[in-house]
Amino acid sequence: MAMVAGIGWFLVANTLTNLNARHIATGFGFLDREAGFGISEHLVPYLPSDSYFRAFEVGLLNTLEVAVIGIVLTTLLGLVMGIARLSHNWLVARLASAYVEAMRNVPVLLLLLFCYSLITVSLPLSRNAFNLFDCIFLSNRGLRVPAMIWDDSAVMVVSTLALAVAASFLVGVWARRRQEKTGRYFPVLWSSLGLIAGLPLIAFLATGAHLSFDVPHMAGFNFAGGSTVSPEFAALLLGLVVYTGAFIAEIVRSGILAVSYGQTEAALALGLSRMQVLRLVVLPQSLRVIIPPLTSQYLNLVKNSPLAVAIGFPDLVSVANTAINQTGQAVEGVSIIMGVYLAISLILSFLMNWYNKRVALRGGR
Amino acid sequence: MPTDEIVISLKDVNKWYGTFHALRDINLDVRRGERVVVAGPSGSGKSTMIRCVNRLEEHQSGIILVNGTEVSNDVKAVEKVRRDVGMVFQQFNLFPHLTVLENLTLAPIWVKHMPKAEAADIAMKYLERVKIHEQAKKYPGQLSGGQQQRVAIARSLCMRPSIMLFDEPTSALDPEMIKEVLDVMVELAEEGMTMVCVTHEMGFARTVADKVVFMADGQVVEMNTPSELFGNPKEERTRQFLSQIIRH
Repeated sequence: MAMVAGIGWFLVANTLTNLNARHIATGFGFLDREAGFGISEHLVPYLPSDSYFRAFEVGLLNTLEVAVIGIVLTTLLGLVMGIARLSHNWLVARLASAYVEAMRNVPVLLLLLFCYSLITVSLPLSRNAFNLFDCIFLSNRGLRVPAMIWDDSAVMVVSTLALAVAASFLVGVWARRRQEKTGRYFPVLWSSLGLIAGLPLIAFLATGAHLSFDVPHMAGFNFAGGSTVSPEFAALLLGLVVYTGAFIAEIVRSGILAVSYGQTEAALALGLSRMQVLRLVVLPQSLRVIIPPLTSQYLNLVKNSPLAVAIGFPDLVSVANTAINQTGQAVEGVSIIMGVYLAISLILSFLMNWYNKRVALRGGR
Repeated sequence: MPTDEIVISLKDVNKWYGTFHALRDINLDVRRGERVVVAGPSGSGKSTMIRCVNRLEEHQSGIILVNGTEVSNDVKAVEKVRRDVGMVFQQFNLFPHLTVLENLTLAPIWVKHMPKAEAADIAMKYLERVKIHEQAKKYPGQLSGGQQQRVAIARSLCMRPSIMLFDEPTSALDPEMIKEVLDVMVELAEEGMTMVCVTHEMGFARTVADKVVFMADGQVVEMNTPSELFGNPKEERTRQFLSQIIRH
């Protein structure tokens, strides 16, 4: 006990002495100082004259952006590939197997570098960019799309879109209730699509059929205007999604195989279609096997995202690194990184455990 | 009593698993209201044969007709046949994530688009018939084997099938639970349900069956009324089998 405490005291004292000797102030006071470095991608307004705190915020938001979009996409990809690998169609099953084996046997860092060079090398220069309707441009500087200008009619269209999404959710609830009551089936998918496409269209026409866009155009060697999906962001997202998706595909496959084939046979014998069997009988039972390892994969995706440093995407770790280099306050910088990743991981685990409890089997066995 | 209308007809049905010839030129007709028991040693193709009737197994040659619909690669035709043919399995295969009641209402709601309340009414009626209605809110894992198998029978009946297939329904049960399941099956037989049962319960065969089919090595060896087949078997293979099971 005494020895551990002694070593601990020595480490702390030694660190403080060294920091003093180098005239590095301790504490989080540096967060208020001017950062003085630029960040290439920011979801909130940011200038080099902003504080370090603001810089960390920008980095955190970038990390969260990759994490959230990445988790959604990788789940979809994993689910599709996992089911495809069990397909009766020889070609589909083999393609899914090839994807899984190729992706999960490659180091993720290599995959990121590969995706990045794929984008930057194989896509043309800005002036030869792939051009879609003179408003969408794809080049090695990323994907440039028109950005909406927030005038009244734009606000109107976007808010009706939100309204339509909410309305189609309500239609879904109503259709479910009605089916329980009368047995009649209501085409929820088509009506929702109609609502989501139709309502904003009506709003668009009603407000004078005009929306203003900031259309990208060539200015010098690069485009100006519009908004961009950068090659760094795209490469990071693509790399993490296809890498993690391969593991999730295996988890989904094992989850489905964990449900005995007798369940499928019993459901088929009752006259349910293959899709209904999967949706109503097999997947609900697979979920309890799938969720715990799926949580680990989500955490892996988040914790692999700092590899962004290698391809120059300004995530939290990359921003913190720059801040540490400039201020020398490594202890504080690293503790911020650790605290943030710990918080993200704990929140994710908490959500997934809560969901896992909901799908757990009741009544023993 | 059986009518003359043929509801299941197998003509020269053959099936192979790889090079193994599982069914050899099976010919069998089942008439409406008829109770057929299929007996034979294990590996003789009994289960494979009835599983071909609702396409849980594919046959490679020959024709299978169920209520006039050919069982083939046509998914719609197969689903039509399955709606009309109930099946009870050796391992019950209840859905463990659903309550007993939800097990019974799943197919009526999703396949027949029946209102939930109506499906639940019908389900409760059948649960009462198999004397298990007080367990409706429980999960399958909380029931005994015999109770689970009775739920499985009720689940099939909820689709109002005109034919019931039983694939060794009592083989996975403890001896004291066999009777409660057989009682339900006898009751069903007395109501005139068309039934094809693969079973080793020769007592059941003797009391309910109109016809006993004896199978060995993927072939139908002999087919007769129970009294004839058990009392006066014509084939040596049948005699051999009967002496084996009667000795114990």
